Amino acid sequence: MLDSKIPSGPLSEKWSKHKRDSKLINPKNKRKYTVIVVGSGLAGASAAASLSELGYKVKCFCFQDSPRRAHSIAAQGGINAAKNYQNDGDSIYRLFYDTIKGGDFRAREGNVYRLAEVSANIIDQCVAQGVPFAREYGGLLANRSFGGAQVSRTFYARGQTGQQLLLGAYSALSKEIASGNVQMYSRSEMLELVTVDGHAKGIITRNLTTGKVEAHAADCVLLCTGGYGNVFYLSTNAMGCNVTATWRAHKKGAFFANPCYTQIHPTCIPVSGDYQSKLTLMSESLRNDGRVWAPKKKGDNRHPSQIPEDERDYYLERKYPSFGNLAPRDISSRAAKEACDDGRGVGPGGRGVYLDFSEAIEKFGEQTIRERYGNLFDMYERITGENAYKQPMRIYPAVHYTMGGLWVDYNLMSNLPGLHVLGEANFSDHGANRLGASALMQGLADGYFVIPTTIANYLVTQKPGAITTDNAEFKRALEDVNARTHRLLNIKGKRSVDSFHRELGLLVWEKCGMARDFDGLTSALEKIPALRDEFWNNVNIPGSGEAVNQELEKAGRVADFLEFAELLCLDARHREESCGGHFRSEHQTEDGEAKRDDANFTYAAAWEHTGDFSKPSLHKEELQFEEVHLAVRSYK
Amino acid sequence: MNLNLHLKVWRQASPNAKGSFQDIEARDIPDHASFLEMMDIVNERLIADGKEPVAFDHDCREGICGMCSMVINGRPHGPERATTTCQLHMRKFRNGDTIWIEPFRARAFPVMKDLMVDRSAFDRIMAAGGFVSVRTGAPQDANALPIGKEVADAAMDAAACIGCGACVASCKNASAMLFVSAKIGQLNALPQGQPEKHRRTLGMVRQMDKEGFGNCTNQYECEAACPKDVSRTWIASMNKDFAVASGREALLASARERSEGD
Ligand SMILES: Cc1cc2nc3c(=O)[nH]c(=O)nc-3n(C[C@H](O)[C@H](O)[C@H](O)COP(=O)(O)OP(=O)(O)OC[C@H]3O[C@@H](n4cnc5c(N)ncnc54)[C@H](O)[C@@H]3O)c2cc1C
Ligand code: FES
Repeated sequence: MLDSKIPSGPLSEKWSKHKRDSKLINPKNKRKYTVIVVGSGLAGASAAASLSELGYKVKCFCFQDSPRRAHSIAAQGGINAAKNYQNDGDSIYRLFYDTIKGGDFRAREGNVYRLAEVSANIIDQCVAQGVPFAREYGGLLANRSFGGAQVSRTFYARGQTGQQLLLGAYSALSKEIASGNVQMYSRSEMLELVTVDGHAKGIITRNLTTGKVEAHAADCVLLCTGGYGNVFYLSTNAMGCNVTATWRAHKKGAFFANPCYTQIHPTCIPVSGDYQSKLTLMSESLRNDGRVWAPKKKGDNRHPSQIPEDERDYYLERKYPSFGNLAPRDISSRAAKEACDDGRGVGPGGRGVYLDFSEAIEKFGEQTIRERYGNLFDMYERITGENAYKQPMRIYPAVHYTMGGLWVDYNLMSNLPGLHVLGEANFSDHGANRLGASALMQGLADGYFVIPTTIANYLVTQKPGAITTDNAEFKRALEDVNARTHRLLNIKGKRSVDSFHRELGLLVWEKCGMARDFDGLTSALEKIPALRDEFWNNVNIPGSGEAVNQELEKAGRVADFLEFAELLCLDARHREESCGGHFRSEHQTEDGEAKRDDANFTYAAAWEHTGDFSKPSLHKEELQFEEVHLAVRSYK
Repeated sequence: MNLNLHLKVWRQASPNAKGSFQDIEARDIPDHASFLEMMDIVNERLIADGKEPVAFDHDCREGICGMCSMVINGRPHGPERATTTCQLHMRKFRNGDTIWIEPFRARAFPVMKDLMVDRSAFDRIMAAGGFVSVRTGAPQDANALPIGKEVADAAMDAAACIGCGACVASCKNASAMLFVSAKIGQLNALPQGQPEKHRRTLGMVRQMDKEGFGNCTNQYECEAACPKDVSRTWIASMNKDFAVASGREALLASARERSEGD
């Protein structure tokens, strides 16, 4: 039933072949098709702009006040591309292999190879738009290294790479808005997907300014709505990131794949109190120059400068000598947790380790370090009140990225015809763990280069404009959304939306965070439905639905997280192996590394909603490895 | 340490409603909390008391998305240099302080509710020329166009703008010159931006005027308020680019008239 539609033929020729075989729509007819793009992050903005350039009519939506503020803006470190500008042996194949291995052999070969293949075009495209990447004195582009790779292939714009790439995509989008071909709907939140005869044909949105609930019809729908990391409440994601769009689509029939593959980033500023609303990432690029350590002695609460060299445990360098401080994220995070569980953590509550720059400062001088990471050091100081030039940063892992998402085929179309899913919202390219600087690459690959080719394969089968909002399905969906809003507003209970979100977040962090086991997941699965029940009986949402109401917005998102969390834990419990970011304590090697079970779990788990949250039905897409040999993932 | 604060918060139910300051006692606020976390605590308490929470814009809470706004004690984004509201922390305040909290105010930024304003004028200015007209496709190899480090760095300085609008809110004329000049300046500085330089400058400056932003009278409050340290020198280069572009436009127009007269 799940056909990934990976083209046949040698790996390196699949994409060219697919492009050749893909359908074309002539320019005159393209204008007759309308495409809805939900999301204006890297994936959404690049897709909306590129499709509009081709001639399709585009309606683009985002919940922020401007498309330029999508969460992609926050990405710091960089974007990978197999340019081999450093002549250090990089190639498409190597980027492909690093990504497959980094994902612990749980991603599709065909997709990942295509990603590596188009990566170089992304850089060309962005430079042509005027993205100010870092350069060397000779005027050529500069590179840095990121985790999980032994070559320097990461392009960056100071510590604001996501911002610059998004502003580039937003400028392309602005150009198309000016041409009149893209209609932009900011401060609009998608609350429902509309399907007609099983095809995705539109969405229902709420205008967050006026409260007006509106129907929008199109010939197909693209969800580019980002990840679901905020199910944990505390994460490095922006406050508004949510699962609503993909979850609504899931409830309309789209399969949700591998929700348990969540990424915990090793270098974030530790939690400082229960008022905390989000966690702040300290870019992975810092590990180019920073050394991670914890005291060797338990409960050693001396000031870091008082702890002599031989009483420090540079545990990443010790355990993974060939990658050292640049070991991949899942591995580095677990190592930090291990040190803290062992009683060797530092800072409040003992949940922290040091990221130390003293050696780099000694070697290159403070000025060089300031040039490389100044804005991150400043941010660290604002948040913690500590100066990281003088004493090591305290860091701890935090939820950062979600590899799982809606299931899509090689055309980026979900099992629901017409519904396409791009960027972090889909599941396709990172397997069980994403390497640093690869999400920006994927978002832009999907939007600039993949969807403009593949979308026609669906659209040619459709008569343009055949479905309008007069269709009964739109009326029904509108009524559903209004009824839900009405219900939420009339609970008038005692607890705030945030209090539920925090409680849910803590529960999934404890039971389905960096380490998971059967019993813990089972207890979470008992508690989640109870919390959801309480929410629907006891949440308090002041105000009305007819105007700006931020509590109502949050309530809708938290209600969806409360349903989604159950699927997250079910998937984690069903996957009786450890791989990448999914670490099941029952499945580890003697030295505490993740132990995969290739014989039984070399598949993507795509879940279908059945109406009963506790009994989704599982569809397996067996992963075929034609090129790489499934190996134990070693960074030693 | 925890703080007790007296807040004076602008409350306004809707764009056309009359607004006023509301007194709110914020007790027991942890000094490690961020300013917006302080607002979260205040809102939780308002909700518990059956009152409407204070509406304010925010998203990333890392100082990069430009969504948070607020004028704090008369200054957009508050007292700290080069710091957005979301990055301001309560340890910068003292126990017993009175804190005035207002929306960004400007004719072109109408208040929507409480501390939220409508900044869509910025998007319309961007659509009037804030781009390089390249289609997605296969442009030349990125390294085929070397760009000196100084030029790239300068473009990046301008590109650091987060589009928050603090420059407008800080200016007594509600001028958007710092924002617009940074946007024009980034592209006009780069070789990729040259072919459309004049068009871009004219388009964006005229849209800015149309949106109802005021004129720059060289007070440079904008530079002081900018959370990303965008330099006022961009304004001077924009003025220069604008003079050249409009002079060129006038010349072309009269040349056209002449040729039409033939
Ligand atoms: C702090 C941080 C740093 C990072 N650094 C890096 C890095 O250095 N390199 C790297 O490769 N990756 C990095 N990442 C990851 C990367 O930024 C994201 O995975 C990527 O930007 C996601 O892009 P996207 O387009 O899929 O989604 P997003 O950028 O999240 O965009 C989602 C869009 O969908 C819209 N939306 C969502 N829900 C709805 C709805 N219901 N209705 C309407 N609109 C909706 C939003 O308004 C938004 O426009 C980082 C992530 C974080 C959190
Ligand atoms: S919330 Fe994003 S800049 Fe403040």
